[in-house]
Amino acid sequence: MKTKIINVSNCRPVIKEPGNSAAFKTGAWRSLEPIFEKEFCSNCLLCWLYCPDMSIVVRDGQMTGFDLDYCKGCGICALECTGKKGRKAIRMKKEEKA
Amino acid sequence: MKKKMTAVTGNEALAEALRQINPDVCAAYPITPQTDMMQRFSDFVADGLVETELMLVESEHSAMSGCIGASVGGGRVATATSGPGLALMWEMLYVASGMRCPIVMAVMNRALSAPLNIHCDHSDAMGARDSGWIQLWSENAQEAYDNLIMAFRIAEHPDIRLPVMVCMDGFIISHSVGVMEFLSDDVVQRFVGEFIPHEPLLDVGHPVSYGPLVVIDQYHEYKKAQSDIMDSVFDVAAAVAQEFESISGRRYGLFESYRLEDAEFGIVVLNSAAGTCKDMIDEARENGVKVGLLKPRLFRPFPYAAVADALSHLKAVCVLDRSDSFGAFAPLYVEIAASLYPRATRPVLLNRIYGLGGRDFMPEHVEAVINEMKDMAGLKAPALQKKYISLRQYL
Repeated sequence: MKTKIINVSNCRPVIKEPGNSAAFKTGAWRSLEPIFEKEFCSNCLLCWLYCPDMSIVVRDGQMTGFDLDYCKGCGICALECTGKKGRKAIRMKKEEKA
Repeated sequence: MKKKMTAVTGNEALAEALRQINPDVCAAYPITPQTDMMQRFSDFVADGLVETELMLVESEHSAMSGCIGASVGGGRVATATSGPGLALMWEMLYVASGMRCPIVMAVMNRALSAPLNIHCDHSDAMGARDSGWIQLWSENAQEAYDNLIMAFRIAEHPDIRLPVMVCMDGFIISHSVGVMEFLSDDVVQRFVGEFIPHEPLLDVGHPVSYGPLVVIDQYHEYKKAQSDIMDSVFDVAAAVAQEFESISGRRYGLFESYRLEDAEFGIVVLNSAAGTCKDMIDEARENGVKVGLLKPRLFRPFPYAAVADALSHLKAVCVLDRSDSFGAFAPLYVEIAASLYPRATRPVLLNRIYGLGGRDFMPEHVEAVINEMKDMAGLKAPALQKKYISLRQYL
């Protein structure tokens, strides 16, 4: 959804459609990007449980990656990640923005 | 048509205006000198003369909050306050304008504490001048009554939908009996018209949410839009005044210009003091001193260009302020200086503070500032631009 720029004709703090927070792509706030390495994932789903933005994508019970439209890069998933073989499956990397 | 003149106080006049308008909701808290007006209006409610839901709240912050809720709920809303009451509303004033609530509020101008003082002073409304409210100022009960009726039309205009405060001097006008002319109930009701709510919260068939978060991405654009809407108030206020003239025979501009056209000196003053000034101007004119007066009616938005057109030909202008900005020039002076600065020819400007906390403003004070302007007109750099007048002398 394209954001409408506020002007004199819509200068009114009214939300008319329910559930429109989905249109607010908080992923734009991110400076750190989560990196997922599947081979170190024990699939404990603590990342899914802790993510404040529902940005951990789980399919058929398996952690598959991130929804970067809403991930703010807070790093809680990386902190909570139990990992496997002595390494975490999620780490945070400084995001290169074009 | 024969005019029927009535002797009333300013508060009676405004209570009567509200009775005629019959707003849906009125949330108010008593504060001197406004109390007398809302008490009269509460009589109308108790006597069944209006259908207004009168919300008796525990503070002015709650009064304005209640007005905002009722306004977004879809009602025509009015209230009134004074001095510290307006100060306590301060946070909610910005919410009312930001939410585009067409609330109309009478302000009986009163001093701010401390020291405690209930008398006339413009510090209350000047403290709210940046709140996004439209401000209309009134010299007497007639003007306050007329402004209050016009305020609903300006506030509720579909292109505006902003709150309006109608200022009149506490005690000097609110509690003094003057002669004025009321319009009939049906004329007022026809003029104000039916209230048309816009996306009301209580329209459950079309649910909406009010007051979302708007942060760095668009708050800046939102405020620009508010500023643009304010700029369009001039035309609406002028059109409403023109229509009001057709029902009342009384003409209102964005400001009153009194004997300015051929003047050499000018006084700029708000509200009731203008009456005293006009009398003294007439007297000075008889003695050959060409002096005039400009009395702003619409203070927010401020009609800079038109004010500059009216004043730039003068030799000297004295701006009389009934409030101070401590350590700076007073609010009205700042606007007049900003109006005149872009002009190649402009008068010498003086800022004189008078009447704080109800100090009497007497004819001799006007005479003194007229004399001061005469002395100062030839000078390039006047000695002291801002000065308190009518100070007591202890010997």
